[in-house]
Amino acid sequence: MARVVVDVMLKPEILDPQGQAVQRALPRLGFDGISDVRQGKRFELEVDGPVDEAALARIHDLAESFLANTVIEDFTIRVEEVAEAVK
Amino acid sequence: MTARIGVVTFPGSLDDRDTQRAIRVAGAEPVALWHKDKDLKQVDAVVLCGGFSYGDYLRAGAIARFSPVMEPLLEQAKAGLPVLGICNGFQILTEAHLLPGTMLRNDHLHFICRDQKLRVENAETSWTTDYTAGQEIHIPLKNNDGQYVADAYTLDKLEAEGRVAFRYLDFNPNGSQRDIAGVTNEAGNVVGLMPHPEHAVEPLIGTGRTDGLPFFTSILKKLVNA
Repeated sequence: MARVVVDVMLKPEILDPQGQAVQRALPRLGFDGISDVRQGKRFELEVDGPVDEAALARIHDLAESFLANTVIEDFTIRVEEVAEAVK
Repeated sequence: MTARIGVVTFPGSLDDRDTQRAIRVAGAEPVALWHKDKDLKQVDAVVLCGGFSYGDYLRAGAIARFSPVMEPLLEQAKAGLPVLGICNGFQILTEAHLLPGTMLRNDHLHFICRDQKLRVENAETSWTTDYTAGQEIHIPLKNNDGQYVADAYTLDKLEAEGRVAFRYLDFNPNGSQRDIAGVTNEAGNVVGLMPHPEHAVEPLIGTGRTDGLPFFTSILKKLVNA
């Protein structure tokens, strides 16, 4: 089994009101020096079977049509090694 | 025989009964459609109503867009079936790419509920012929994700083609670009807007006015005269 991570972020030109609300709260909490915050979504997909090119192509379709709204969001896909139990 | 107008209920839909009632008040026959229906029961038009379909957990309207009832709806809408999307219904229509642009969280991050003044910009769609272009109306607005956004090219194109159907007047409640409250597709049969005409069809409720009723009389007239 393998894990594929899909990160979805608002495109840079799209205003992110949630990120801005977080950023504005930071000085109140004593965190200075952070000039911008943007908030995204991370999806972790546990994939049965091998993560070969065909599987990645299907996940790309899934991300493009469903997980992200490409009108306003970009996405990246990466395969994460799932640590096997050490014998 | 009068026109039969379908109202889709998704899990999380809130305004299906109000919408059915508005259709009845206008003189048409409401037909309840279920999100798992694989056909549209030969209705003459469809309304996608307000609410939080499937909880809106991914994005507003994103999961509903893939429900079984949307397959025949997409196909028939492209062939000319009149479809009205109100609030969550508008979000579903943008997610389905039947209408351009998309909706973000309101710029102030709060749920908003108010009587909203609008200008009817396009009185030639299937759902707006009982208005006149430039008419100002008051209907209720209530949403969390109502900020309409699209890229500059799309916005310019919508303006140039007269496809901005409604604009917010006096107050922009959610940061929508160019004060856009509703848009139509190229053919004018698919219309979406954030405010709720179905809550303003009887003087006793909502704004105390019946400014939303012409949506439902427009489509009835169109279907009966067709």
